[in-house]
Amino acid sequence: MTTLQAKQVSKSGAVHGGAGHNDADDGFSDLHPAYSTLQAMAESNRCLYCYDAPCVTACPTSIDIPGFIRKISTGNPDGAAKTILSANIMGGTCARACPTEVLCEEACVRNVAEDTAVEIGSLQRFAVDHLMARDLPHPFKRAPKTGKTIAVVGAGPAGLSCAHRAAMLGHDVVVFEAKPKPGGLNEYGLAAYKMTEDFAQREVEFLMGIGGIEIEYNKALGKDINLADLKAKYDAVFVGVGLGATNDLGLKGEDFPGVDDAISFIEKLRQTEPKSDMPVGDKVIVIGGGNTAIDAAVQAKRLGAEEVTLVYRRGPENMSATEFEQDLAKTNGVVVRYWAKPVAIKANGKLMGMEFEKTELDASGKLVGTGETFDVQADQILKAIGQKIKTDDLAGMEITGGKIVVDETYQTTAPGVFAGGDCIKSGEDLTVQSVEDGKQAAIAIDAFLKTA
Amino acid sequence: MADLSCKIAGIDSLNPFWLASAPPTDKKYNVVRAFEAGWGGVVWKTLGIDPPVVNVSSRYGAHHDQNRRLLGINNIELISDRPLETNLQEIRECRVEYPDHVIIGSMMAPIEERAWKDLAQQIAESGVHGLELNLGCPHGMCERGMGSAIGQVPEMVEQVTRWVKDAVDIPVFTKLTPNITNILWSAEAALKGGADAVSLINTVNSIISVDIDNMVPEPVVDGKGTHGGYCGSAVKPIALNMVAEIARTPETRDLEISGIGGITTWKDAVEFMSLGSNAVQVCTAAMIYGFRVVDDLIDGMSQWMDDKGYTSVEQFTRAAVPQVSDWNELNMNFDTKAVINPDNCIECGRCHIACEDTSHQAITMTDKPEGGRLFEVVDEECVGCNLCYHICPVPDCITMEPVKTDKPPMTWPEHPLNPMRMAAE
Repeated sequence: MTTLQAKQVSKSGAVHGGAGHNDADDGFSDLHPAYSTLQAMAESNRCLYCYDAPCVTACPTSIDIPGFIRKISTGNPDGAAKTILSANIMGGTCARACPTEVLCEEACVRNVAEDTAVEIGSLQRFAVDHLMARDLPHPFKRAPKTGKTIAVVGAGPAGLSCAHRAAMLGHDVVVFEAKPKPGGLNEYGLAAYKMTEDFAQREVEFLMGIGGIEIEYNKALGKDINLADLKAKYDAVFVGVGLGATNDLGLKGEDFPGVDDAISFIEKLRQTEPKSDMPVGDKVIVIGGGNTAIDAAVQAKRLGAEEVTLVYRRGPENMSATEFEQDLAKTNGVVVRYWAKPVAIKANGKLMGMEFEKTELDASGKLVGTGETFDVQADQILKAIGQKIKTDDLAGMEITGGKIVVDETYQTTAPGVFAGGDCIKSGEDLTVQSVEDGKQAAIAIDAFLKTA
Repeated sequence: MADLSCKIAGIDSLNPFWLASAPPTDKKYNVVRAFEAGWGGVVWKTLGIDPPVVNVSSRYGAHHDQNRRLLGINNIELISDRPLETNLQEIRECRVEYPDHVIIGSMMAPIEERAWKDLAQQIAESGVHGLELNLGCPHGMCERGMGSAIGQVPEMVEQVTRWVKDAVDIPVFTKLTPNITNILWSAEAALKGGADAVSLINTVNSIISVDIDNMVPEPVVDGKGTHGGYCGSAVKPIALNMVAEIARTPETRDLEISGIGGITTWKDAVEFMSLGSNAVQVCTAAMIYGFRVVDDLIDGMSQWMDDKGYTSVEQFTRAAVPQVSDWNELNMNFDTKAVINPDNCIECGRCHIACEDTSHQAITMTDKPEGGRLFEVVDEECVGCNLCYHICPVPDCITMEPVKTDKPPMTWPEHPLNPMRMAAE
């Protein structure tokens, strides 16, 4: 049993939490507050309306960014939202969670002109929120019914994006979801301050407005359903199961109470209401260098942990977390220690902390321990050292390098079974890439069904 | 700091910046604030014969850019709606309190000799430096036979100017409306009538926008709208042309000009003066930002004069007039090409798409081996139209470079392809 307690988060304690905070902040409010109409007008007019724009090329879903921003600037935000959603039905989540600083906003020509990109993510959120706040009919129409039904495994970004596009193309879709709620990592895996006001659920409800999509919950692949049955019963199958397992440190005591996966910690937090009821340690260690590590560290700090130490085995330039995310950790008071790897979990009836060994690159560029060690006290340890595919559920499909193998049409080695999202090797493991995978797979499935 | 003092129609002014006859010069309170802010003079809001007019509620419409910056305003306000004597008393007080600042009395009356002469004399007795005849308002007053109803008929322009010149011995400015086919006709009429100067342009007749929820032209007055007078930076090009036409035409070039029309910055003022204005009047810029804009007008112009070595405004007044010519006098053998500096290019692609879609397909877009895009001008296709140069968001990224040629200058009348010339041979 863990002894972790929920903390009384004082307002003053949360105020040093970083950009976008205000007096009303409880540590879970929006990281980037929504734009006002005036802010949207000013920012949209900074867009140069580039031709064949670099930001579009940088977007995995190829949203017509200059086109939608122009519509905002002319007072047509709902038209802007349709432009966004026609390329990316989860444009609302992507506006909140995308690492725009390494995608569209990194490519913005305003970086060259004046060193500050147009805030594309905030503008995208303004447009999509504007449309979703209105009680309008779903903006997309379905093609005439094809009579075909597609099974989608996983109601995450890839699965739902695939389902929506397939429904648009006239197919019926049944989605099987292992968890009790839809949304995948949008619902369970992103920091609370990125997805306020139950946005993941509202977005799924909006997406389902297309019609022709059913979701069956608590149906896990390999347990409640299996691929062979799905193949037999449906005209095509799309697998968007994500990465269901996590990597281990390989240390003794990893199952000790207080040692947890960062992704599970985020999942619990996202499902806890009120969020301030979520227990957290006094002294927390987070191990890892990705965005999930940052999410967990910042979230732990905002929950009231006194000390949060993020330990990464290499230097800041090697972290997969973006510079913005790394800065977010620092401005939230997270202590970041580079060049150290965990060597032992220390417990004495209760969790005491961890021992780390300093690391460096040897002459050949290989990461090695220096022999020098240090201890960090902790009553909670969160591991964010990567997720991996749960291979045992995926019989019948070839898996290489921890990813399902697909061809250029997203078809796996099992005929009629397609896959996308984090469980395949496409781009980065990002929501926006999963949405693109799902969309493209639906188009490929449509072509497959027409020729089958 | 350069000397900005100037003289127009024999009137000395501290600087060439006057406030035009409009709401900002409606009463002493505003005028005092304007003089304190640094304006050299004001043209008092147009005075009419009592009883005063009655104005409607909701008076201005707006032409915004997408950033909600005002490009232009139109108004349906009439002349001063205060009793004549109230205005005259305040003018007298201002003349005493601000003896070095210029006050011009703007006036308007029906097309009757007695009306114009009596009103002119009454205003002149208040001590104004001069009179400005408002023959331009394109809304409201014209429906009563005044404003542009007079200004659009050259014979009436001449007649009214003469009546006033006969009645008073102070300088008379005839204010011209742009809502005509040829500004020279009214300018010439003013000259014949004895005007000491012309003021132009008055506002441009316009409907500025429509309330598309209620289907009413704006500004809306209880469910209806009417055409009004358009002003602000959007009308500057129209005004510059009319000023230049008067300044360069032999029949009218002796007229002194008080330039008006969208002057917002010191550079605008320099342009008006270079094309023939002896001084300028400003209204909309002050209505948008307050009287403090005069600070930049004064400072910017004097800084520019210092940089250029001008010691008086007369040195650049009309300096651009000799270069204003007819199209037929342009050199057909002159050639200029766009040059894109890749070091300054931010790769927005706007020059390419503008040229590709709407011009001469003279800018190519290619992928650079190291990533990014390269934009290059195809000299054989480039006609030197300037479109890319104007569209480019980066100053000095695209320049227009004249092509060296051995060909002597040749005008269209001299050109071998001119059918008129061929017919004459």
